Amino acid sequence: MLGLFFLGVSLALREGRISPTELCKKCLNRIKKTQHLNAYITVTEESALKQAQQSEVRLLKGVPKGPLDGIPFAVKDNFCTKNIKTTCASKMLKDYTPPYNATVVQKLLDQGAVLMGKANLDEFAMGAGCTDGAFGPVKNPWSYAAPYREQTGAMLESDWAITGGSSGGSAAAVASLTSYLALGSDTGGSTRNPGALCGVVALKPTYGLLSRHGLIPLVNSMDVPGIMARSVNDAAIVLGILQGLDVRDSTTVPAPSPLTELPQDFDVKNICVGIPKEYHAPGLSEETLAQWSRVADLFERAGAQVKQVSLPHTQYSIVCYHVLCHAEVASNMARFDGLEYGHRSQIDSSTEVMYASTRHEGFNDVVRGRILSGNYFLLKQNYQHYFVKAQKVRRLIADDFRNVFGSGVDVLLTPTTLSDAACYQDFTQEDNRTRSAQEDVFTQPANMAGLPAVSVPTALSRRGLPIGLQLIGPALHDKKLLSVAQWIEQRVGFPSISDWDYSRESRNDTAVTKREQTSAV
Amino acid sequence: MAAFCVAASELLHNMKQISGFYPKASCVIRRIRTTNPRCDSQIQPRAKSTPQQLVGVVGLEIHAQINSSTKLFSGSSVRFSAPPNSLVSFFDASLPGTLPVLNRRCVEAAVMTGLALNCNINRKSLFDRKHYFYADLPAGYQITQQRQPVAVDGTLTYSLLEGKKRSQVIRKNVHIKQIQLEQDSGKSLHDDVHSQTLIDLNRAGVGLMELVMEPDMSCGEEAAAAVRELQLILQALGTCQGNMSEGQLRVDANVSVHRPGEPLGVRTEVKNINSVRYLARAIDYEIQRQIGILQRGGTVQNETRAYDSKSGFMPEPNLPPLIVYEDNASLPAGIDACQAVVVQKIKEGLPELPSIKRDRLVQTYGILPEHSFTLVNEDGLVEYFEAVLMATKKEPRKVIGWVTNELLGHLKQQDLSVSQSPISPPALAELLELQETGHISSSVAKQVFQKMWRSPGKTAAQITQEHDLGLVSDTAQLHSICQKVVDSHPDEVHAIRNGNKKVLNKLMGLVQKETKGRADPVLVRKILQEKTS
Repeated sequence: MLGLFFLGVSLALREGRISPTELCKKCLNRIKKTQHLNAYITVTEESALKQAQQSEVRLLKGVPKGPLDGIPFAVKDNFCTKNIKTTCASKMLKDYTPPYNATVVQKLLDQGAVLMGKANLDEFAMGAGCTDGAFGPVKNPWSYAAPYREQTGAMLESDWAITGGSSGGSAAAVASLTSYLALGSDTGGSTRNPGALCGVVALKPTYGLLSRHGLIPLVNSMDVPGIMARSVNDAAIVLGILQGLDVRDSTTVPAPSPLTELPQDFDVKNICVGIPKEYHAPGLSEETLAQWSRVADLFERAGAQVKQVSLPHTQYSIVCYHVLCHAEVASNMARFDGLEYGHRSQIDSSTEVMYASTRHEGFNDVVRGRILSGNYFLLKQNYQHYFVKAQKVRRLIADDFRNVFGSGVDVLLTPTTLSDAACYQDFTQEDNRTRSAQEDVFTQPANMAGLPAVSVPTALSRRGLPIGLQLIGPALHDKKLLSVAQWIEQRVGFPSISDWDYSRESRNDTAVTKREQTSAV
Repeated sequence: MAAFCVAASELLHNMKQISGFYPKASCVIRRIRTTNPRCDSQIQPRAKSTPQQLVGVVGLEIHAQINSSTKLFSGSSVRFSAPPNSLVSFFDASLPGTLPVLNRRCVEAAVMTGLALNCNINRKSLFDRKHYFYADLPAGYQITQQRQPVAVDGTLTYSLLEGKKRSQVIRKNVHIKQIQLEQDSGKSLHDDVHSQTLIDLNRAGVGLMELVMEPDMSCGEEAAAAVRELQLILQALGTCQGNMSEGQLRVDANVSVHRPGEPLGVRTEVKNINSVRYLARAIDYEIQRQIGILQRGGTVQNETRAYDSKSGFMPEPNLPPLIVYEDNASLPAGIDACQAVVVQKIKEGLPELPSIKRDRLVQTYGILPEHSFTLVNEDGLVEYFEAVLMATKKEPRKVIGWVTNELLGHLKQQDLSVSQSPISPPALAELLELQETGHISSSVAKQVFQKMWRSPGKTAAQITQEHDLGLVSDTAQLHSICQKVVDSHPDEVHAIRNGNKKVLNKLMGLVQKETKGRADPVLVRKILQEKTS
């Protein structure tokens, strides 16, 4: 049951094959068994059971709120949740409890979905490994599954792989079958990157399609709530629920169309798939490249037009992304001064000293480093040279995409990451800044241009870790993008983690999962 | 941050002691008079003056709180003197994840103000963040309009009243560089005893219009007159209540001195002034101080806050560009006319502005310009004056004195507003009718006015009757009184008979004294003339 897509579970719930409370308990159980992954910062056991009970009442009466009623979900811990701690994996907000729900969280709750807990991340979503949070790194569930253990001969506890980030907790929650879907946030790839490394579908919708109200910002002009799910169709249904205008976020736009399920028999004959040559970048692993070719070939064989295209300004994107990101970070982090909420230092001989020590104690080196460089970029004498220049290049990057889509390309096919997930020991050999530059290289251009992008898992690497490919589409063409993604999903045959014993103590449970899946599909 | 600049602080400190930190609302200064009755900031007498004379140059930066029921970017109420932190939304407290949502009413107020000040309204304007750390700025930045404000390039026309009786009206212009929308900050209250700072966020996020006036003024009186005119305009528009003592209108002045024709001197700032009168004094003080320094061979120091010059700006990423539309026809499809800001609609709703009102009063009623200033300066006084005129046949030029002297004098003495006057316009009109129709003399009319003031509700006729103040027109009675006066003042009678006719007035005064001002002056004059011929 836990290994199903949520639509399958939704049907099981309606048919009474399982009750929301039973399902919730199963997931809570699974969360306990996979505690070593460190996917959750807060598990909301009590409220989850209460919500499940309420859902049960509705289902028994035959009046579910929708397909999500009773479905367990996880939320990245940078979305505000009313009366539930929201930490951003930072000491600064270690004990912060917001008085309101983020719009996207509220919409899921309104649908009767059951919140299991708050998922781990890099501090304030600054990172690409989920290794830089105040509550420790998140471990990739696949690095506990048989293929990885067998292929790499990993024996030691320390041989685990990273999840990618910054929404590593959300990806691990979905991948480890403790939640059917999860909210991530995506500023430069923070949803797609861990989605690819953990083998889940990860959607970054068009900027403005989903409300950011209640998402604690990293870069306001690029942040988008991300959706992580076990299937493209699940992601599409969640997108349909979350999308649309929100009066609390002035940057939202009306949804172009109501979105429910995707067509099951989408025909790619008439679409044109662009392969941007600039994404054939140094450091791209041979295996990822092979997957990229494989899927491109699939398209071609199915009659789609596949052509090489150029996005000439791509090479400047990551540098400009960092300038803009750090500048907004410096601005957005200014509010954390220990006065109204959050950590406040004991050292308070003057207001200024209190600010300084509060921020020194509350933020990690990564956050402080970005604030420092961001303030440097915003200095009067530097503003034109860095911020304004980066904005101009951002415009050129958006123009690159516009030109390509204007030339008849419907969707771009690229790798999501350079390779499969690194081992924690290897990943931490380099600092956060270097890793972010490497990891976000294929994902952040879509954020710079505000375009929808989705990562679809395609295969396991020789190490037994997932590889994902990315599709990027024109703004507000999220549905078409997902239809193409689903077409890939239907053909690549990516395995379910439940096919193996991934959790050290869950051999029996996995067997059940496998059986249930077989009977339900 | 809010520290006063240079030596003006010294003066302002003294002023505070005079005025109290927050003078009562009723203490708003209504007539502008400075310590220098003439706009004459030169330290040397004019006789010595040469083209080398130092003169003051004054520019203003004015923050006007927008009169709106809710804040600029949140739904919190706006109210003065509410309990601390009782009007604070999640956004106002900068809780993480909250976003600004622009209040249309504030935009309309800024557009309306821009139109009234002859500004160009930018069809597209932008919001920026201005960063600085201060305890009462919870986000660490203020959302303002640095790059592209909502209105630019306007003019404010104001008048100075000069001459002995302030009867000479001199019109002047000051260029308005821009009007920008921005957030107000909260308030910090420093408790030195416990070395604590207490923060009140009620004001945080209230909408402000920042108006930048170019350095086109030369002294405190001009600046004060410009501010007063702006205050009247804002009040007429209803876009700002304009009460300086409540901080609804805050004025910072940039002051420098130079010799005409030469580049401007180093400027200093005079900040945090809470009345128009003190503004004039503080500016003149600062001009004198700078001239003094230069004449002693010194240099003026600019003590601008160091971080101001470096503070970073950045586009506000959470607000799309602010678009205003020319008219309903220019609205793009799908935009609700009720939700959009339409310039034409606002233009049509513009009320009569103070300068137009003054011109109209002078032309319609033939009153003196200075009287039109007095009328317009006082909230409700024009309406009062016009209501009196409706109910009396007396000429406006004879009514005006009653309104601007008797009525206003009494109101000021008791610190009342026009609407609180115990004498209503019809009641005053009735009194003036009694005088006009010869039932009472003018001096009696003033007595009746005072009695009416003290016993509201009683009509002029009632008071006249009760106190037997009606005009004495009984010829026999007046003959007898006149005879008594003539008999007891032989010297005066002699003088009149010798041709000094003016002395007759003294006898008339004596008769009026005898009758407590009730004698019909025309009759008395006739009788006295007969008796002294």
